[in-house]
Amino acid sequence: MAMTWIWSGMVVLSLIFGLLTGRLDAVADAAMEGASSAVELSVSMAGVLCLWSGVMEIMNVCGLSGGLARAFRPVLRRLMPLASRDEATLAALSANVSANLLGLGNAATPLGIQAARRMARGCGGTASDELCLLVVLNTASIQLLPATIASVRGASGAESPFDILPAVWLASALSVSVGILTAKCLAALGRWRR
Amino acid sequence: MNLSSLVIPALLAGVAVCGMGRRVDVYGALTHGAEEGLTVLLKVLPALVGLLTAVSMFRASGALEWLTGLCAPVLEAMGIPPETTPLMLVRPVSGSGALAVGTDLITTYGPDSYIGRVAAVMLGSTETTFYTIAVYFGSAGIIRTRHTVPAALAADLTGFLAAAFAVRLFFGT
Repeated sequence: MAMTWIWSGMVVLSLIFGLLTGRLDAVADAAMEGASSAVELSVSMAGVLCLWSGVMEIMNVCGLSGGLARAFRPVLRRLMPLASRDEATLAALSANVSANLLGLGNAATPLGIQAARRMARGCGGTASDELCLLVVLNTASIQLLPATIASVRGASGAESPFDILPAVWLASALSVSVGILTAKCLAALGRWRR
Repeated sequence: MNLSSLVIPALLAGVAVCGMGRRVDVYGALTHGAEEGLTVLLKVLPALVGLLTAVSMFRASGALEWLTGLCAPVLEAMGIPPETTPLMLVRPVSGSGALAVGTDLITTYGPDSYIGRVAAVMLGSTETTFYTIAVYFGSAGIIRTRHTVPAALAADLTGFLAAAFAVRLFFGT
């Protein structure tokens, strides 16, 4: 529903502003151009996107995701000690994090939901501290190779589409750390109030 | 030859050798993955058509300038380029919407410009927060989400700030 409001709002505001500024001709042209540029863009980014999705899939079947999941077990045990006591939850959690890192969104979400369901058992509809943390981890993007964005950059003529990688890693690391810290602080604040 | 020219061919060859060493069907995995990429693109294309139309109209009408000007003083004080305002507004709500707005910024200002790079890093370092929260808590039957939303939004805001900071750090303005 949110997107209905955003889309309609943008179109209506464009009409009003176009009338007020007398740029209605430009608005009409822009509508047609915008629609066709969406298809042009999709076609020109298709190749790069498919190639990197393929490379990620090879890494996946090579066991890289399994290895990453193993590497994240100790970290997750420290972040979510209660949930990690259950072996199946810990397995789903670590697989969720490694799928996110590899940019396999389609695989990450079901794994994360599986972990969230196990962690929500018997809580009566209130999220536990650790469940809040799991969702915060998933709302913060941690991706090693952002293939979609690189293919958009490539399609619009970037000199080297992947040169933003270090900046993406730094920004993601900062964002995830602040998310975890805020969640931990707010959880501590909640305990102190009670 | 610069180093970044080495990365892509080496990565492709490395993955191929690693896969063969593990007796994996490398070519099958490659084509299967490429198919997944195509599915992603097909899913995102209709949304991209609708949203790029709206964003182009919004820009041409002058409404985008007005919105940008409105947020400029606050954002400039935080070191974020005000041109990225629409991206930051749409990002937590819609993934394809953010991709459309980000793409518009990248093509308008150029992929190797400061604003184009900040837009790309913002897209790469944040997620569709409200959608993710709805999916996870919806399927786990959670009604009281407690401190999830403030913590997730703090992470998003940090991501936006850090995107502008990281681009200045690695590329200058």
